[in-house]
Amino acid sequence: MLTLEHISKTFKDTKQSVEAVKDVSLSVAEGEIFGIIGVSGAGKSTLVRCINLLERPESGRVMLGDVELSALPEKALRAQRRKIGMIFQHFNLMASRTVMDNVLLPLKDLPTSKVDAIAKAKALLALVGLSDKEQAYPSQLSGGQKQRVAIARALANDPVLLLCDEATSALDPQTTLSILALLKELNQKLKLSIVIITHEMAVVKEICQRVAIMEDGRVLEMGDVFDIFSQPREAVTREFIDTTSPLKKIHRLIAQDSPVVRLQPGQQILKLKFGRKSASQALISEVSRQFNVDMNIIFGDIEIIQDAPLGGLVVIMGGDKEHMLSAIAWLSGQDVNVEVIKSA
Amino acid sequence: MLEFFAGIAPNFVKKLPEFFASIGQTLYMMAFSGLVSFFIGLALGVILIVCRPGGIRPNKWLFTFLDRLINIFRSVPFIILLTALIPLTRLIAGTAIGTNGAIVPLIFGTVPFFSRQVETALAQVDGGLIEAAQAMGMSPAAIIWRVLLKESIPGIVRGTMITFVSLVGLTAMAGAVGGGGLGDFAIRYGHQRNQVDITWATVVVLLLLVSAIQALGRWIVKRTTH
Repeated sequence: MLTLEHISKTFKDTKQSVEAVKDVSLSVAEGEIFGIIGVSGAGKSTLVRCINLLERPESGRVMLGDVELSALPEKALRAQRRKIGMIFQHFNLMASRTVMDNVLLPLKDLPTSKVDAIAKAKALLALVGLSDKEQAYPSQLSGGQKQRVAIARALANDPVLLLCDEATSALDPQTTLSILALLKELNQKLKLSIVIITHEMAVVKEICQRVAIMEDGRVLEMGDVFDIFSQPREAVTREFIDTTSPLKKIHRLIAQDSPVVRLQPGQQILKLKFGRKSASQALISEVSRQFNVDMNIIFGDIEIIQDAPLGGLVVIMGGDKEHMLSAIAWLSGQDVNVEVIKSA
Repeated sequence: MLEFFAGIAPNFVKKLPEFFASIGQTLYMMAFSGLVSFFIGLALGVILIVCRPGGIRPNKWLFTFLDRLINIFRSVPFIILLTALIPLTRLIAGTAIGTNGAIVPLIFGTVPFFSRQVETALAQVDGGLIEAAQAMGMSPAAIIWRVLLKESIPGIVRGTMITFVSLVGLTAMAGAVGGGGLGDFAIRYGHQRNQVDITWATVVVLLLLVSAIQALGRWIVKRTTH
């Protein structure tokens, strides 16, 4: 539905030029939630602005359906922009207008009658759960409520695509989850495609189907969220994954010589990372029964991503040395990545 | 009442009709030149913001030209502007003297100041709002009207009030071209004939005028800030 082909964007001023986006190609399918993740300065905000051409890339094509947005003259582009909603980190609501008037704003240039427009705005506010705030001003709302108004406003023109530029970055974790749940609901109800720009892996994990990892203006890797999470190829990707996984905490515990990681002779600390098919099996009890080893779970991190469990456990394994070796070999055969962290 | 004033301000009481006439002249000069300057200044302020580098329609040439022009007019002292503009005033207003002769220089003195006030007010509008409006597919004209101007009403009102207060000061100089008004009244009687009570009476009226302008401004700002 949306296709970006070889997009490059350089910012020039008198002193220097910065290549913000370098030869990025990607496509978003109809009804898909696509994440673009990267640290700040990676070029993701510029990239998303190249989609609705708030920034004009100097090379490359932007296709929305079979319309080449990047080839349109100004006026035709403005009409096409109505098909693309956008929400922002700082909401960008008009402080001088009520919630109702903010949602009505994008409907002003349309032939829609005032009555129809108001009915539509009311329906949208109901959809985002803010029917009781129609006459409030943005300054009277919380961050989450402001973002809901912004979402209602972005939907006013019945867009086929919604761009979210760090839309949850200014919100607390609880509110973030509720906004993400709303986006997911809209995605399903309205068959709305969504592009999400974020620096938080938790956001991608929560709702994206596919993800692109950006660094320094380039897309380093791109694919199914589950695959990227379970088999990250790039160091940056691993860093992002680590930010949301508590599994790396084990190294800190060992460094601090915490009592929970002190080993008896013959014991080993293992980090088990589950692949796509492994986490639904009764692995731990299976291993202890079959190989006669003790498995003591220190902590775990198993999440459901795209309806499949993903994550891992940190365990202390104890028992006969031979048995432990064959247990590890067996686990590896079950799509489990086994890493021996410490042995005594 | 009148006797009481006659006691403390004998000169003033004798000049009452002329005093009221000069209040009328001041108000007339302020209203006329203020209204014209408001619209011209508003337009120039919008053009400055729209055409500035990074604005919604950047135009380096136009921006630089207006920017310099405004600076030039702002740096000319008003009393010099008043006399320097005489040929132009005669061309536009048909006369270069009297109250009407003062209007043109007052506009030239006020517009540059007010356009800067407008420019400052519009510059306060968050760039994110403009971006959101562009993302909605709004045309530049709609962005100027519905976002830039609408969002900065309180700022523009503040600038307007400051401009009107400074206009009170400018009208006082209009006496130099026979424009009359309160300032002229105070200079001719209060200063030149040393009738101090007239100076005081004028100051009181000007004080009330300035307070009224500010009170009105604050009221509008309060009504339009949410």
